[in-house]
Amino acid sequence: MTMATELSKANATLKTEQWMRMYRRMVMIREFEEQVNELYTRALMPGLAHLYVGEEAVAVGICEALQPTDYITSTHRGHGHCVAKGASPDRMFAELLGKEAGYCRGKGGSMHIADPATGNLGANAIVGGSAGIATGAALSSKRLGTGRVAVCFFGEGALGQGVLYEVMNLAALWKLPVIYVCENNLYTEYTHYSETTAGDILARGTAFGVHAESVDGQDVRAVYAAAQRLVDLARKGEGPAFLVCATYRYSGHHVGDINREYYRSKQEEQEWKTKRDPIKNFTAWLIDQKLSDASTLGGMQSEVRAEMKAAVEFAIAAPYPTPEQAEEDVYA
Amino acid sequence: MPEVATRELTFAQAIREALAEEMRRDSRVCIFGEDVAEAGTPFKVLSGLVEEFGRERVMDTPISEAGFTGMGVGAAMTGLRPVVDIMFGDFLTLTMDQLVNQAAKVHYMSGGTWKVPMVLRTTLGATRRSAAQHSQSLHAWLSHVPGLKVVMPSTPYDAKGLLKTAIRDENPVVFFEDKMMYKQKGPVPEEEYTIPFGAADVKRKGEDITIVATSSMVQVALGAAELLEKIGVGAEVIDPRTTWPLDEKTLIESAKKTSRAIVVDEGYGRYGVTGEIASVIAEGAFYNLEAPVKRMGAMHVPIPFSPPLEDVTVPTEQTVFEAARTLCGKG
Repeated sequence: MTMATELSKANATLKTEQWMRMYRRMVMIREFEEQVNELYTRALMPGLAHLYVGEEAVAVGICEALQPTDYITSTHRGHGHCVAKGASPDRMFAELLGKEAGYCRGKGGSMHIADPATGNLGANAIVGGSAGIATGAALSSKRLGTGRVAVCFFGEGALGQGVLYEVMNLAALWKLPVIYVCENNLYTEYTHYSETTAGDILARGTAFGVHAESVDGQDVRAVYAAAQRLVDLARKGEGPAFLVCATYRYSGHHVGDINREYYRSKQEEQEWKTKRDPIKNFTAWLIDQKLSDASTLGGMQSEVRAEMKAAVEFAIAAPYPTPEQAEEDVYA
Repeated sequence: MPEVATRELTFAQAIREALAEEMRRDSRVCIFGEDVAEAGTPFKVLSGLVEEFGRERVMDTPISEAGFTGMGVGAAMTGLRPVVDIMFGDFLTLTMDQLVNQAAKVHYMSGGTWKVPMVLRTTLGATRRSAAQHSQSLHAWLSHVPGLKVVMPSTPYDAKGLLKTAIRDENPVVFFEDKMMYKQKGPVPEEEYTIPFGAADVKRKGEDITIVATSSMVQVALGAAELLEKIGVGAEVIDPRTTWPLDEKTLIESAKKTSRAIVVDEGYGRYGVTGEIASVIAEGAFYNLEAPVKRMGAMHVPIPFSPPLEDVTVPTEQTVFEAARTLCGKG
């Protein structure tokens, strides 16, 4: 089956409400990140945050193919994964502001959001740091027969970390239900990936006998179709997969990375934003297919924005943890 | 320790029995590491387990310490109770991110929502003629990290009871076994028992000097105590059994009673377990001390290969005896 026919077949079976849910999730991520940037510029957020704007189709396309009980591990650029897996924005904002109502009671912050209720094993601030955790979750799934799939999100920067290859080898040997999702957003912090990545990226998976493929990470339909297929195979016991998503990070490495011209041009950024924006292109497709219309989609966008603003207000008003809580949760 | 010991087991047998009993009790307990299945590890500690529990639960891994330790963390978070085997303590360097940044911090960073009930078994100890990369005692590094618990048994009895506690603990536990001790025998009762963490054990009572000793150094301290007895010095030998949690109270009370203390541990002396315990005693028993607390650890060198070189790098019965005698003003 060709990629195109497979895509249209998968698309045909999707209900409109599912497309709209995916659209809404993508808009949620974008609006969430807009608010994060706002909190940073208003000096209301302690520390920094790494924005996911531009990469929304990857998280949403992948998580749409997962069950609520499936596992994900996320990265320092993790807000999108958490939202896509079902985290609630108010508790996420509360965590970003270090409030007790946050997912981690204020102990984790932007880079460590974790939530057992949505299968989120945690965002990880060590690049490639969650590869072992995700693969271990897949081992549990296989040993306990739960049928759960684990998705390990990481950026192309993690391709430089040896532990990733150690666990890919193990996952292939033991046929574990884990999907390694590489978000190639072209920049390893402030360095173009071509300066840090030798050889062929997909070959890093195929060398271990891990099924490997690449997909346009700006096309949520393509990401979803690929994810659905790979998740299905993993769940059936066919073993791990490696999916490389070509995407782009609209903002800097973090919110404070404003002047970026020493590593990439404004023209390049502009081109991705205008020609390959995942939300714009998905909007156009939804309208073209008569699955929705501009006013409905615009209305949804306003609704999400208001929801995000309310979530921010909740977080701002929420109390800080008391100092004695610093010593809690060290041991279970 | 029970008054009537019914049988004797080696340290290795006690470890194996603890694992077997816990694996029978709880089907979530599994073992993985290098050569743990049919080989039963190079020290033969795990012999027979794969025959009873199968390769589903006793899994040979590639030589990928970071990878399979990381998998232990994820597996522990999601319902298994993994016992990860790191053949030599020296290889802990390869697992550091998984232990220190992942296992130790998952519970805290997630605001107490995820747990990591994982045990990592590994070895320590020199004098096996294995040179600098197979002889280190690196337990101080891990005792330094909040979120980890560190266990250092010194007898077959303690090894079994502490390992069972470790497997049932909801936190990541690093369990150090002295590789020179595997063949040492000791009484182990038939009946079920566990030993709580953070409870030091007085291995020998005495009135004149406290010798705090860990793991491989407990037998050394007991030997030194015999020599001290002959010159009329009563040494109390205390084994903390876990470096974290640490039973500060028992250590301090003993030092208060004897007024002199030596701390002996096979890790490096500098910035090590001996320094930490000595300061606990100095702070807690200061006004009762007749002499500064003495630290004795491994010489501050990479462990050398040649026997006459290696043998002088670790405390011995004789060096502990000499130090104690001096501290008691008898030398």
